[in-house]
Amino acid sequence: MQRLKLFIPLLVFVALAAMFFGVERRVQRGEYAPTDLPSALVNRPLPAFSLPALEDGRTLTNSDIQGEWFLLNVWATWCPTCHYEHPFLVALADQGVKIVSVDYKDNTEAAQRWLAEKGNPYVATLFDEAGDFGLDLGVTGAPETYLVDAAGIVRFRYQGALDQAIWDREFAPLIAGLAAPSAELKQ
Amino acid sequence: MRSLLLAGWLILLSYSAHGVIETYQFDTDVQRARYHHFIEELRCPKCQNQNLSGSDSAISKDLRRQIHQMIMDDKSDIEITQYMVARYGDFILYRPQFNAATAVLWLTPLGLLLLGLFVWWRMAATRAKPKLSSDEALSITEQQQLKDLLEEENLASKDGDNK
Repeated sequence: MQRLKLFIPLLVFVALAAMFFGVERRVQRGEYAPTDLPSALVNRPLPAFSLPALEDGRTLTNSDIQGEWFLLNVWATWCPTCHYEHPFLVALADQGVKIVSVDYKDNTEAAQRWLAEKGNPYVATLFDEAGDFGLDLGVTGAPETYLVDAAGIVRFRYQGALDQAIWDREFAPLIAGLAAPSAELKQ
Repeated sequence: MRSLLLAGWLILLSYSAHGVIETYQFDTDVQRARYHHFIEELRCPKCQNQNLSGSDSAISKDLRRQIHQMIMDDKSDIEITQYMVARYGDFILYRPQFNAATAVLWLTPLGLLLLGLFVWWRMAATRAKPKLSSDEALSITEQQQLKDLLEEENLASKDGDNK
C-alpha cells in the first residue's frame, strides 16, 4: 500500500498530460480557441442603434433590419482577415442568407470601394465610424459575426473569419433550431 | 557646471513627464484617481492578459475614452462597471463578481489551502507517533526478540554466502 502511494505523482502527471493533450488537439483541429470570449450579449436583445447607412447615409435603426433571423457581420477595410472572409459571405448571401453588416471604425470611400470591387453580400451596412455600436456589441476586433433571431435576440457570436466548416459546425445547427422564415436554406 | 547639470537633469525629467501618450483632462483629482483605478482594474478584452492602462490595442483606447467620458458625465463606479460587464462579461474584471460561473476561480485557492493544511496535519500526526515509542527503553522480552532476529539474519546471510 505504501509503495502504491509512490505512484500518485505519476498518476497525477499522466492525468494532466492527457487533459492538456486533449485540449491541444481540439485547438489544432480548430474546435476550441482559448482566446475566444463568450459574448455577454448571447440571449440578450441586440443593442439599440441609430447609424448612417454606408451606401447613402440615411439613418438606420433596429426596426429597419429586424423581423427575421439574420447575421450581423462586423468588418472593416483595415482588417486583413475580413479580406479572407469576404468571398464566403458573398457565397452565403447567394444562398439567401440575410447578412447585415457593421463597417467598424472605417473610412467611407474605402469601404464603398471595397463593396463595389469585391461584391456586396449585405442587405444593409451600418457605418459605425466612432466604434460606439461596436462597444455596445462588445466587439474586440474584426471580423465578428452575430446570429440574431427573428425577435432580435442575439443567439451566437463568432470571433474570426467564417468559412464553410465553421458555418456547418456552429451556425447551421443553431439556425435549424430557429425555425425561422428563412429556414428553407439548405446546403 | 552646476547649472548645466541642473539643466540636463530637468530635460530628463521633462521627458518622463511626456511618457503618457493620452492626456485626458479632469476637473478634480477624484475623477483622475477613479479613471486610473478603472484602467488598472479592467482587462483589455482583446489582449487577454493586459489591463487597459498597459494595452495600446484599438479597443483599449476606445474603452479608456469611454471610461473618461462616463467619469466626466458623473456616472457612478457601479454604473461604469455594469456598462463594461454588460458588454464584455465578467472577463473584463480582474476581480470578477462572485457568482456561479466565477465560483471556481474564487474557491479553488481556498480549497487548495485547506487540502494543504489537511495533508500537513496528517503528516505531522504520523511523524509524532514513532517518536513517542522510541523514547522508551526496550523491555527485556523486546531485547530478546531483537537478539533473535539479528542472529537469524546472520545465519541467513551466511547461508546465502555458501550458495
